[in-house]
Amino acid sequence: MKVQATDVSIDIDGVRIVTDATLRAEPGSVVALIGPNGSGKSTLLRSVYRALRPVAGRVLLDDDDVWGLGARTAAHRTAVVLQDDSPDFEYSVREVVELGRVPHRGMFDRESDRDRDAVAVALGTVGVTHLAERPIGTLSGGERQRVALARALAQQTPVLVLDEPTNHLDVLAQVELLELMRTLPATVVLALHDLNLAAAYCDQVVVMREGRVAAHGPPATVLQPTLIEDVYGVHAAVGTNPLTGRPVLLLGTPVRRRGRVPRQDPITPTTRRHTR
Amino acid sequence: MADHTGRAPFAAPQRFRVLIVVLLVALLVTATAGISLGSVGIPPDVVWLSVGGHLGLPIAPVDPVSDQIVWMVRVPRVLLGILAGAGLAISGVVIQAIVRNPLGDPYLIGIVPGASLGAVIVIVLGASTVGGLALPAAAFVGAMVTFAVVFGIARQGGRLPPTRLVLAGVAVGYLVSAFTFFFQVIATPNQVQRVLFWSLGSVAGAEWGDLPLLALVVLLGVAGLALNGRRLNALSVSTDLAASLGVDVGRTQLALMLMVALVTGCIVAIAGGIGFVGLLIPHLARLLVGADHRRVLWVAVLLGAAFLPIADIAARLLRAPAELPIGIITAAVGAPFFLSLLVTTTGARRTAGVIRGQGAP
Repeated sequence: MKVQATDVSIDIDGVRIVTDATLRAEPGSVVALIGPNGSGKSTLLRSVYRALRPVAGRVLLDDDDVWGLGARTAAHRTAVVLQDDSPDFEYSVREVVELGRVPHRGMFDRESDRDRDAVAVALGTVGVTHLAERPIGTLSGGERQRVALARALAQQTPVLVLDEPTNHLDVLAQVELLELMRTLPATVVLALHDLNLAAAYCDQVVVMREGRVAAHGPPATVLQPTLIEDVYGVHAAVGTNPLTGRPVLLLGTPVRRRGRVPRQDPITPTTRRHTR
Repeated sequence: MADHTGRAPFAAPQRFRVLIVVLLVALLVTATAGISLGSVGIPPDVVWLSVGGHLGLPIAPVDPVSDQIVWMVRVPRVLLGILAGAGLAISGVVIQAIVRNPLGDPYLIGIVPGASLGAVIVIVLGASTVGGLALPAAAFVGAMVTFAVVFGIARQGGRLPPTRLVLAGVAVGYLVSAFTFFFQVIATPNQVQRVLFWSLGSVAGAEWGDLPLLALVVLLGVAGLALNGRRLNALSVSTDLAASLGVDVGRTQLALMLMVALVTGCIVAIAGGIGFVGLLIPHLARLLVGADHRRVLWVAVLLGAAFLPIADIAARLLRAPAELPIGIITAAVGAPFFLSLLVTTTGARRTAGVIRGQGAP
């Protein structure tokens, strides 16, 4: 399913957070939103999964405006993995993953075999079947993140939206997650902090800066040193990863610019959690 | 074999069913004891013969005095306790899910302070000042008006942000209580005594006439929750997540809160401000069966229904023949029990979480 946001502007409490953003994800592709903290990645994503209504512009899934679809119809098309969406109450892993079946059942429906299968497949796909009966509170951050992904997979939607899904993951788990995204038939739109992960695993990147799209296109053409220096304020160079032979971004010292204090460590995803 | 480490003891389907049966039996025993015990003791077999007779079973009539006590005094009293306990318990379940905080309680959203003000006005100034409303009606109106104000202030962008709801509820509660306290200051000692008894709640004045409406409201509440278990699960995790799962967040929150307001408002109007049940019972239910609202609901209903009649037995026996307000018992018995559970059960599981490298939330 194609995902398309056209000239989307979004306000939160009267403050413009995203301005005229355009985003396009072809069916089955993986598209990364990158940009510094506060650049509007999460906010733009929220309009895609129908949590925040844009004040201007449209978000289309194939040819349907998400805001014209009912909440439940939209939930049949898009599943979401949010930052920090683990419950405070002591649900078991299975109960959390079962939430993914909410849009598939009416008020009076009982759990069906299809629901049970979807949950079992989702648990297996992310490798947490052995944790199914554990309370979510007893899991590590990485395990919880996988459970959140399993919940989204159980929803069985053609579109997946993930907001910084690699946040709490170790290196192996990050790579595994993005490898999985590549093998899924779904269209994946995700916010990422790690530029090299975006470069290695995504078909397209959309670079955001101060609520606007600064650049978009295939990572090889977009992720150039000049753009990185411009958007993130850090000296950058492109080298070659000796293990994969792929281009790799190397990051240096902050760029000194008049009138703007460079942000501190803008691309250390494990220490930064909240962005807009 | 799946790992069950740290799971609530009655979460698995078979154990859950056993627990429900145990609770049903406990409810039956409690109800019998509640009818049997009091200033005049009535043996359990006489209780059942009398109740059976009134339900139209072909049973030889019991002596008229016992029959009168059972059917006209104790049965309505126990039924009121059961309905109030069940209603306050499900209200607590809903509020805790909506504010996504285990501290949620029907007191938080202004219902009880509002009801108190209505009651105090009738007690101190007389019914004529509120257009001749009787005390329960005035309490109900006070509860509904206060809830409407809290809800109106808390709602933002069609949704109820948890922190905003709690803050609005607490602030409006204080404001309303200021008036309540003012009326108590100008009241006579006798009136203050009545206000105090009302505020602490009692099921002693139960009459058959009060029960059908309350039963209907509580049953509607239970049915509403039974149909919304999965949505409550989604809402209790995050409103954005619930929205992404196809839940109409604003409308669901509105419907559930209206239900809570109606259930709690009716209970408070008839039985006064019985505290702690709405906070205690949902916790107890979650400790027993985990957080899934499809299970929590039934356990909370049965626990609440059994707990309040037990508290009522204590209320009428401890200072017999005088009666204690039931709110004293629910807090005095409930709080230590709750704290001991908190220390033993949750402590053990939280520690297990910390050992696995996961800090406390």
